[in-house]
Amino acid sequence: MATVIGKARVEEPAAAPVKAPRRKHAGIQSHYPFWFYLPAGVVYAVLFLVPTFIAFYFSLTRWGLFSQEFIGLDNFRQFFNEPGLLQGLKNSLIYGVITSALKVVLGLLLAVLLTSQIIARGWLRSVIFFPVLVSTIGVGITFTILMNPQQGLINKTLEVFGIHGPGWLTNPSLAIYSVALVDVWKGVGLATVIYIAGIVSIPRDYFEAAEMDGATAFERFRHIILPLARPATVTVIILSLIGGLRSFDLIWAMTGGGPGFSSDVIASVIYKQYQAGFYGLSTAGNVILFFAVTLIVLPIFWALNRKQVDM
Amino acid sequence: MKLTNKRRPTAVVVGVAVASLALAACGGGDDGGSSGGKVTLSFLVDNSETSVATAKGLADAYHKKNPDVTIDVEQRPQGGDGDNVVKTRLSTGDMTDIFMYNSGSLFQALNPKQTMVPLEGDYVDTLADAFKQSVTADDKVYGVPFGTFMGGGVLYNIPAYKELGLEVPKTWSQFEENSDKIKAAGKTAVIQTYGDTWTSQLLVLGDYHNVAEQEPDFADDYTAGKAKFADTPAALTGFEHTQEVHDKGWVNEDFQSAKNADGMRMLAQGDGVQYPMLTFAMAEVAANYPDQLNDIGFFGIPGDDESTNGATVWSPGGIYIPATTEGDKLKAAQDFVAYAASPDGCQAQIEATPPQGPMGVTGCDLPADVTQVVKDIQTYTEKDGASTPALEFLSPIKGPALEQILVEVGSGIRDAKSGAALYDEDAKKQAQQLGIEGW
Repeated sequence: MATVIGKARVEEPAAAPVKAPRRKHAGIQSHYPFWFYLPAGVVYAVLFLVPTFIAFYFSLTRWGLFSQEFIGLDNFRQFFNEPGLLQGLKNSLIYGVITSALKVVLGLLLAVLLTSQIIARGWLRSVIFFPVLVSTIGVGITFTILMNPQQGLINKTLEVFGIHGPGWLTNPSLAIYSVALVDVWKGVGLATVIYIAGIVSIPRDYFEAAEMDGATAFERFRHIILPLARPATVTVIILSLIGGLRSFDLIWAMTGGGPGFSSDVIASVIYKQYQAGFYGLSTAGNVILFFAVTLIVLPIFWALNRKQVDM
Repeated sequence: MKLTNKRRPTAVVVGVAVASLALAACGGGDDGGSSGGKVTLSFLVDNSETSVATAKGLADAYHKKNPDVTIDVEQRPQGGDGDNVVKTRLSTGDMTDIFMYNSGSLFQALNPKQTMVPLEGDYVDTLADAFKQSVTADDKVYGVPFGTFMGGGVLYNIPAYKELGLEVPKTWSQFEENSDKIKAAGKTAVIQTYGDTWTSQLLVLGDYHNVAEQEPDFADDYTAGKAKFADTPAALTGFEHTQEVHDKGWVNEDFQSAKNADGMRMLAQGDGVQYPMLTFAMAEVAANYPDQLNDIGFFGIPGDDESTNGATVWSPGGIYIPATTEGDKLKAAQDFVAYAASPDGCQAQIEATPPQGPMGVTGCDLPADVTQVVKDIQTYTEKDGASTPALEFLSPIKGPALEQILVEVGSGIRDAKSGAALYDEDAKKQAQQLGIEGW
């Protein structure tokens, strides 16, 4: 992808006294001279790499406001004994899987709908996308009020139909699912847009050919859209799975990990430890989260990308 | 390209946590002007109505006496998020010139020896002993009282008590009888408001007077890691009470989502009759239901023995000077702190917000027209041995997850015994973090 743009831009530095073009042979894909990467590299190193490695060190210390004491792997031992942790791990997985699955299914269906010839298509597209633009905390607070078991609009509405609504956020076995649904409501717009881009980029020829062969609408969906929109699916799954696994803001705004510890996810367990001043322990939690997310996402990424190549 | 693409999001998770610390460190100190003899001090307080009103009242009164000094009141969140703000700002040297924060264990967790300026002067001797003890670290006093002592016990609706012919309970079994009668009369016997998780702790923390009566050495043994909640029957009682009010169906229907303000509304309007609460919450009643202010009374959480009946009291928060305040500002800050602890400053606090209990300065008497709740607290504090400071003022160790654990116990998710055991584990983390021997 970088070749065309890269060649056009490389002319400029070439005019400078630095013998840039010769560097081309040094790197495998180096379209730019080395110093061209430097600013981004420095920013990346200072803001991402260095803190990451410092974090590895601090996760091995008991870290207070002003002092730290090296305690080896004690933090990790303690973190794994954390009562909320197992629940948090489970909830993170549930949350990540539910939100990304629903975003894939709903996003794809909505995208199919919004790429068809329907009335007010542009308007509908913006309506679907709108929640993505709203502040997560704002969404959280709004839905907390809507989901109030006694006064909330949702249960009041259900009452009209004679249904006694549950405590969406106060029932310990329900809370995490309620928050996940709100996350889907908020995030499905992005998935839809990614799918719309994917579907629109499928060459018309395929559809025309399929029509000539007498394919039904479902067959067109099954055999053209579904396989050819795979890059979009990969993007949506990866994005929403990572987002789901490390989700925090919506859960914190809606339940604070409660009732009790029942909707705690890894990130909220970590946050609460940080809040309590257990900096070393919460850093250890972050290191664990880092490895957990990598462990879960890497295989999925490989698997999904391999299939793409096979096609 | 591929590699960076998949790494970046995960690195961000870890990176952000640490980077935010690093970035925060870049922010310099405040640039309040101190030119031409005029000094502006920034003063960080929590954003509760009471705190803001008290702080502004103090600031204005001081400015009137010292026109050269202006005090800007800044606000921060309450609870755990507020702790975060204070700790982060202190550790990055970005604290305001003076700040208000809790006394007791939370104060100890700020590592006052390194982060604050110790106070000197005659006024330090006028501080009430119970308060002084809660802002002292290594024999040095670091704060002056902000607000008043509070009672932690049960707020009750007096008209409802009269209507049902009930008397203030002196033992827990009397409390049980009262609650059954209130429930039978179709009212909420015990209000619980787990929508604000901190409110779940009162039946445990407010029971400390009874714990201390039975186990006088509990605080010291607890600090030393020798006594635990789970295996000290007296200390376990609070957890059991929290479970009992739920199991017996005394609580309001919406106890899981109701917030503190809802609880105070129920109490003021008489829909709910008893509310385990800190008395500072009466500010809510004063602001929104002023006509019901004297319909509400207070009693300490009753124990098993009528003869040792008493109440648990909370020390006022403190006003502290961070170690980063220097030069003219330090002088002005020290003068302001001395003023806040003087009879004048104390009076300014009383005028700004109606007192919720006795003041933390000797020689500063409460006005005659205090509310019923304050009168009730005074009957405990003025009687010898009828009041005990809460555990968090006697021991630096308070586990951060107590409120969530008690929400579980009080919602029937977890039983009292395992809740107490879990809390002991939680407290262990705090003790280790503070570097206390024996854990």
